[in-house]
Amino acid sequence: MIHTEIAIVGGGPAGLCAAIKAAESGAKVIVLDRNSQLGGQLIKQTHMFFGSQKQYASHRGIDIANILISKLEDYKDKITVMLDATVIGLYEDRVLTVDQGGKYIKIKPDTLIIATGASEKFQAFPNNDLPGIYGAGAVQTLMNVYGVAPGESVFMVGAGNIGLIVSYQLMQAGIKVKGVICRGPKFGGYAVHASKLRRLGVPVMPSHKVVYAHGKDKLERITLIKLDENKKEIPGTEFDIEVDVLCIATGLTPLAELLWQMGCEMKYISELSGHVPLRDKNLMTSLDGIYVAGDVAGIEEASSAMVEGSLAGLCAAKAAGHIHPDFEALVADCHKQLYDLRSGPEGEAIRKGLSKAELKEVGL
Amino acid sequence: MRIEQHPIITFNKGRKVQFTFDGKVYEGYEGEPIAAALHDAGIRVLGHTHKLGRPRGFYCAIGNCSSCLMVVNGKPNVRVCVEKLKEGMAVETQIGRGDIK
Repeated sequence: MIHTEIAIVGGGPAGLCAAIKAAESGAKVIVLDRNSQLGGQLIKQTHMFFGSQKQYASHRGIDIANILISKLEDYKDKITVMLDATVIGLYEDRVLTVDQGGKYIKIKPDTLIIATGASEKFQAFPNNDLPGIYGAGAVQTLMNVYGVAPGESVFMVGAGNIGLIVSYQLMQAGIKVKGVICRGPKFGGYAVHASKLRRLGVPVMPSHKVVYAHGKDKLERITLIKLDENKKEIPGTEFDIEVDVLCIATGLTPLAELLWQMGCEMKYISELSGHVPLRDKNLMTSLDGIYVAGDVAGIEEASSAMVEGSLAGLCAAKAAGHIHPDFEALVADCHKQLYDLRSGPEGEAIRKGLSKAELKEVGL
Repeated sequence: MRIEQHPIITFNKGRKVQFTFDGKVYEGYEGEPIAAALHDAGIRVLGHTHKLGRPRGFYCAIGNCSSCLMVVNGKPNVRVCVEKLKEGMAVETQIGRGDIK
């Protein structure tokens, strides 16, 4: 059994920032990631981020991953990184069981930060399992990390920021995008992304949905239908589009299995895109010493995941007996950054969701 | 199909290696996921569902959704979207649930 002060599950933007702040506070940290490299989904984000300087705005996601990983290097004596290491169990006595390349390892941390991220949602329509129908993140991984085109021509379902950005990235890679749809009367992503696509001649069409996918062994054609302002199908408005790739960008849902297994108090909150752990303002769950950060706590952007990671890192380190010399100021700054990121009309749903996820103060 | 020119990214590919898919020889780059090499070769159907035999392909690319389970070097249920390609690998379409030896 390996003992550590803090174990962090997930080495994406939240987990990396948590590790940096925990180590900066003086704690011994183990970062576990099931992939063979750190960075989580940042490694396929070729677009520049919005937000403020503190969250690396105007840097590309791929570059942010490298900045964070190189910061980790500064704390080599404090941080142990375990790659290709899948956490397969988390027990009531706080023992983590890990599979690393077929080896079974047990880790007992004093405090724990769960930063496992999210997975992509499916859409329900006949033949939605045909090869050629992929998650948007999968298409990004295939083309931006491995340089393989997902197909000849793509149709995008979902016009939030992911749908719009991935469509643009497909065009950058020389792949035809035949259109982008969403169910609501207004697309969810930033207007700047939609305008970029429209200027390139890609139709961005609100009030549409996929009703059928056609093809024998792989996708050949889709049938779309128009929706009214209440998202109800308008009969007789069906039309077909020939594509070999349908990209599903209709959102993510938290990967919260470990929190369930551990017995954290969970709640379904639609604004946060799934079942999320209740947490206090410093991201501690209903279980003492178990923290969360990033998409597992509710789907947001990578920028807020990084700030949540820093906050959880500082607080988990404090719980493990290592108080950062600037603890109060840094925690206040994290709260301020999160407040700013979630302000304005864009943050309305998140604010509403988070207000339902509040745990009445137990610790701190 | 490989993306040869990209305005932002330079792809760091491993060395070229050969592998087999259902007995036929293909080429890919060492260290990329098996699914990427298969996709480049135009292979979209990676397996079939147990009961209805429906074709299944790539879906999530992060080892999460179980859509891409194949037999690799005789071992069943390998997630080829995250399993790295190595020289001489024998990749096969999986029929049924696979046996644990």
